[in-house]
Amino acid sequence: MEPLSSKRKVLDVKPLNFWERAYLPAILKGLGITISHFFKKDVTIRYPEQKREFSENFRGMHSLKRDEEGRERCTACGLCALSCPAEAITMTAAERQVGEENLYREEKYAAVYEINMLRCIFCGLCEEACPKEAIYLDGDIVPTDFLRKDFIYGKDKLVEAPLNQ
Amino acid sequence: MEVADILIKFGLIIVIFLISLLVAMYSTYAERKVAAFLQDRVGPNRAGPFGILQPLADGAKMFMKEEIIPTRASGLLFIVGPSLAIMTACIGSAVIPWGQSIEIAGRVIPLQVTDINVGILYIFGVVSLGVYGIMIGGWASNNKYSLLGAIRAASQNISYEISMGLSIIALLLVTNTLSLKEITEQQHGFWQNGYFSWNFFKQPLGFLIFMVCAFAETNRSPFDLPECETELVGGYHTEYSSMKLGFYLFAEYINMFISSAVMATLYFGGYNYPFMDWVAAHAGSNISAILGVVILFGKVFAFIFFFMWIRWTIPRFRYDQLMNLGWRTLIPLAIANIVLTGLVITFLK
Repeated sequence: MEPLSSKRKVLDVKPLNFWERAYLPAILKGLGITISHFFKKDVTIRYPEQKREFSENFRGMHSLKRDEEGRERCTACGLCALSCPAEAITMTAAERQVGEENLYREEKYAAVYEINMLRCIFCGLCEEACPKEAIYLDGDIVPTDFLRKDFIYGKDKLVEAPLNQ
Repeated sequence: MEVADILIKFGLIIVIFLISLLVAMYSTYAERKVAAFLQDRVGPNRAGPFGILQPLADGAKMFMKEEIIPTRASGLLFIVGPSLAIMTACIGSAVIPWGQSIEIAGRVIPLQVTDINVGILYIFGVVSLGVYGIMIGGWASNNKYSLLGAIRAASQNISYEISMGLSIIALLLVTNTLSLKEITEQQHGFWQNGYFSWNFFKQPLGFLIFMVCAFAETNRSPFDLPECETELVGGYHTEYSSMKLGFYLFAEYINMFISSAVMATLYFGGYNYPFMDWVAAHAGSNISAILGVVILFGKVFAFIFFFMWIRWTIPRFRYDQLMNLGWRTLIPLAIANIVLTGLVITFLK
């Protein structure tokens, strides 16, 4: 047959010689390999006690940030929701009232901000889209739950804890 | 026989029985630990420090699990199967000499349940009875795959028993006796009359054949066809659950312990160890005997470790390869070994 490329290699299968057919040298070699692992350090991480550190660019649960004075940064512009390929983010905007200047940084803020964690693919586009540096995926792994509705995270779970706490 | 003698024998039987069970129990733990270490893992470490309570937890789990008996299984035989397996595994220990005699208050206590003069034949008989446990279990399950597995396991056991028996004959030519006690006594010390006294040095090929057959007889690793659920539907214990399955698995571990003890006794000098006469002269014969028991158990544990080491090294045989090895390699080799031994004995002695 015409070779398709110059990389063709003819395999040459020799019949096994006596020691190869006797298996024993190969078995002894194998035993040597396994016993060397007996004395090696184990590579496992003892999980519940010991946790493996995530890499620095790990994307975990979202958090809505506050500024230096403890005010919510989010202005409910909707760019994160727009950029979200999984359409996991929904929000309702509201106007800041007089006396709430210490709560929200701008005149507009998100009254409701929800992320459906079952839809989120942790791509990080919301993070990139945000002009106010208000959302980051810097949290831990999203915890498990039993009901689908519990995976829709509202502001109670997303907003960072206030500064003075 | 006096009452005291009977009581001593009875105590010895109980002690050996309990030790067999304990060793088998902790073999399951050791197996998992050894497996873990050979694979750079940690192994069981939840129950107790280093997981040493794991066998108890496993046992509790086995007893608590639901017992499922197939609808049309033959009721009595289904229960008899695992009982036979574990019973035959346990009674093999009766003829193994665990140590030299101990003298307490003028009474000589032999550390062997019974020194019958057909010791090896007794062990062979008991081992071949083990096939019944497997066969009955597979038959009573009323499942064709179990039956096929049982036939597979039984024919494996029987095939390898032939070469095992043949490999022993060469040893018997050397030792001139069937009594395990006498065979052990002949391997006294380590260096005797200018040569190594352990039978391993006189019968290396015989030992190799015997060991391979022991692996096959105990259904251990390269020959562990009943354990490959994914490829072969397990085998004779497919329909078993809870402690009945536990008994089958446990019987395997007891078998492993007993066959290790037999190998240590036949080929590695049993309770004999280098400089035993010096120890007996300086520290007393009782100390020497107890040290001998410890040494024997050391050898047994080394063999058990070897069983496990092999398990995580060599891949499982295919069934035709297994039969090929048994019938076309080991049996001719064993016969050649007999001829060779005979020639050496005839012309050199």
